Amino acid sequence: MSYQYNIGCSLNNLKGIREFIRTSLDGQGVSDLEMGAIVLALDEMCSNLMIHAHHCNPDHNISMNIHIPAKGEFIFEIIDDGSMFDINHFEEPTITHLVHEKRKGGLGIRLVKTIMDKIEYLQENGKNICRLTKSV
Amino acid sequence: MVHIKRLQEEGADIIAIVGDIDASSSIELDLAIAKSVGEGFTKILVDCSALEYISSAGLGVFMSYIEELRDKKISFVLYGLKERVLNTFSILGLADLLNIRDTKQEAKKLANELSI
Repeated sequence: MSYQYNIGCSLNNLKGIREFIRTSLDGQGVSDLEMGAIVLALDEMCSNLMIHAHHCNPDHNISMNIHIPAKGEFIFEIIDDGSMFDINHFEEPTITHLVHEKRKGGLGIRLVKTIMDKIEYLQENGKNICRLTKSV
Repeated sequence: MVHIKRLQEEGADIIAIVGDIDASSSIELDLAIAKSVGEGFTKILVDCSALEYISSAGLGVFMSYIEELRDKKISFVLYGLKERVLNTFSILGLADLLNIRDTKQEAKKLANELSI
């Protein structure tokens, strides 16, 4: 089964994205804690994309696809046409460093890498696809 | 969407968070903590019983105050977190860096002990 959601790049739309993910995964045997972690990781990816690649321009759109196989791994794709930023190449600051520097950012990517099993980037028809895989 | 209320009890400032803290709303949490610290409270409790969701933007706000709270000897305790919210803190090990208790009574007790 597949679900798709299209949304403008306004941070006010993050709540709608979270609801879309919860609705799509409802009844798939995902525990509350796993659901919470998946929603969190995808929220982090979307908010990063909205802020850094689209400067929160609500006229820019991103899409999210959720593929739920009969068995196996869930696949989440976030599609946009902004500049691509591969988080696999980002070395996140340590927690100690963040506390000391009083920095508010830098935790999101660490969360995504901890929660998701695989993060891949592809380009198709001029669009960027960030594909996140999670076994549940 | 988040609502943040502040009220004072027995000399402690209680910041109650109602709703979701994400990249669109973390600024409100930041402002509430800044006000509480700025007004000179030495005991600050954060009521998370109606906090439904927190993302890294909200975690980052708490992290950014850790040193200032320590320097100013302010007791800072969170309480009433739902399991899924607490899990978000735990994924990165942040639960160990903050004071977290189950109930308001336990949080008050800890804040009093810390401020001796």
